[in-house]
Amino acid sequence: MAQTDAELLDTPLAGRPTLILRSPDFHSITEVVAEPVEGRTTIGWWLFFIPSFALLALLGVAVSWLFWEGIGVWGLNIPVGWAWDITNFVFWVGIGHAGTLISAILFLFRQKWRTSINRAAEAMTIFAVMCAMTFPGIHVGRVWVIYWVFPIPNQMSTWPNFRSPLLWDVFAVSVYGTVSVLFWYVGLIPDLAMMRDRAKTRVRKIAYGLFALGWRGSVRQWNHYESAYLVLAALATPLVLSVHSVVSMDFAVSLLPGWHTTVFPPYFVAGAIFSGFAMVVTLMVICRKAFGLEHIITLRHFDYMAKIMLVTGSMVGYAYATEFFTAWYSGNPYEMFTFRNRALGPYAWAYWIMVTCNVVSPQIFWFRKARTSIPILFVSSIVINIGMWFERFVIIVTSLHRDFLPSAWGYFTPTIWDVSCLLGSFGLFFTMFCLFVRFLPMVATSEVKTVLPQANPHASGGAH
Amino acid sequence: MAPLFPQLPKGPYYGILAEFATVPDLFHACERVRDAGFTRWDAHTPFPVHGLEAAMGLRRSPLPWIVLVTGLTGAGLGFLLQVWVHTSAYPLVISGKPYFSWPAFIPVTFELGVLFAAFGAVLGMLGLNRLPMLYHPLFRSKLFEGVTDDAFFISIESWDPRFDPASTRTLLESIGARSVELVES
Repeated sequence: MAQTDAELLDTPLAGRPTLILRSPDFHSITEVVAEPVEGRTTIGWWLFFIPSFALLALLGVAVSWLFWEGIGVWGLNIPVGWAWDITNFVFWVGIGHAGTLISAILFLFRQKWRTSINRAAEAMTIFAVMCAMTFPGIHVGRVWVIYWVFPIPNQMSTWPNFRSPLLWDVFAVSVYGTVSVLFWYVGLIPDLAMMRDRAKTRVRKIAYGLFALGWRGSVRQWNHYESAYLVLAALATPLVLSVHSVVSMDFAVSLLPGWHTTVFPPYFVAGAIFSGFAMVVTLMVICRKAFGLEHIITLRHFDYMAKIMLVTGSMVGYAYATEFFTAWYSGNPYEMFTFRNRALGPYAWAYWIMVTCNVVSPQIFWFRKARTSIPILFVSSIVINIGMWFERFVIIVTSLHRDFLPSAWGYFTPTIWDVSCLLGSFGLFFTMFCLFVRFLPMVATSEVKTVLPQANPHASGGAH
Repeated sequence: MAPLFPQLPKGPYYGILAEFATVPDLFHACERVRDAGFTRWDAHTPFPVHGLEAAMGLRRSPLPWIVLVTGLTGAGLGFLLQVWVHTSAYPLVISGKPYFSWPAFIPVTFELGVLFAAFGAVLGMLGLNRLPMLYHPLFRSKLFEGVTDDAFFISIESWDPRFDPASTRTLLESIGARSVELVES
């Protein structure tokens, strides 16, 4: 009863949904997932890795020059005191959110289709948070005193200001990064044990064996393990919502027109999930093709992800409209000016790129043909992430570049070092992702196996 | 209180290991072993099987209580740190707020609560599972390497009061085991 992608999509979901194609047995799932880790390094992998690593080297150069020369190598200056650095920060934190949504929120909602993509999406979260943390780290003028953001007893007897959203942000993002790593690692333990048990060489046996911690797949262990997984999902769910809410408060708690709005927390969270799913789609389109996982990551998975992008994209569009309505309804001349300027002023080009990419482009996902067309999904996912990067740029730069007094107006233009840092952060992200798919199983086999029909203990025993 | 580094009891062999072909076979066998009154035994699967804990007669994991305690500890410590910093260690008036401006302390309190709870969940899970335990007698079995792939096992430890090498083997074979072997300790 081998099904094709097209037949699968026409099968209504009833009882145990068919999420995995070609009716594989447990062993073939193990084989197909272990193959990219155990086989020889392919040419294709190097073709992705070398450019990524080159971009990572560019980040090294750009950051070294920044530290040596100072923040002046970037294009930001008063009135635009935050520019690409914080744009990139918010962009990368947002990317991470889809990973946690897939691994935690969809787990709580018992969405079994998450099992095919959760491992890679969680890895994406961790690497995105690494990129995100880079930017606040390097954007402070004196990077050697960055430890002042942490509450560490020091010879000056000073302490950070816990009333500031910027400090909340330090806590939110670092806790998010830590909990994401914990969640990911707990999910990896059974698969690391799988790699240990399959290892042909002593080095692999020891390396995977150490990290597998001696996992024996016993039901007594699974009992505590599943409890831990559920608890971590329940913790990660409010955490992920809090992280981008706190990020949005970096802006919303200030008194700047364009930033000072109560819609920011939900608007930022929706945008984060939107961009994160786009990044998951980009990565999964490449990975399923490269590693022959088309029957595990199926068109049905893409169909679901496209629906989420349609919903969150429309929510973001609604938030854009709300901002304009609120500015008009407030009657505040500064608010009204800021938003008129945003759509019609010097940065109107950026605003309309944002609207086109984020609000108009996902509307194509009303059509199932688009939701299940790999080329359309791939292009849309990249377009959406371009749009979401511009959203943060628009929020930050257009709100700042027109100060209250016209004498203090300015226009931000990036320098080559701004561009290098942004491109370099993509290098960091893709280098990490390449290493991940080479050394760790990129699909959670112990979860995918549970959605196969033969994993049901009552399959032949009649009613439960 | 269990010892921090648990030692397995001494004996010539660890126990008996039986392999089952399918999930339903294992499920029914677990019910039979449970009903036979064994206590020191376990089932092993490549993935969590829904309802198998009940078939084995296991209780719910106490882990959520550990997480509750560590989470509240983290949140409490986080809140006290902020109160102490802003009322005692380094009191500063910032935007006219009172020193004890508790609503502003909520985000960090929440984050630290989640951080401690997550560590409680992971370390608590490892502690309850007696992990890391890099060596275990079951790893002597070549067949057992399939436990993370597609094989399903029941292991009965030799220090179970009802254990007897011959009759336990017969029991496991009678309830559908595909193969049965003794595992040395």
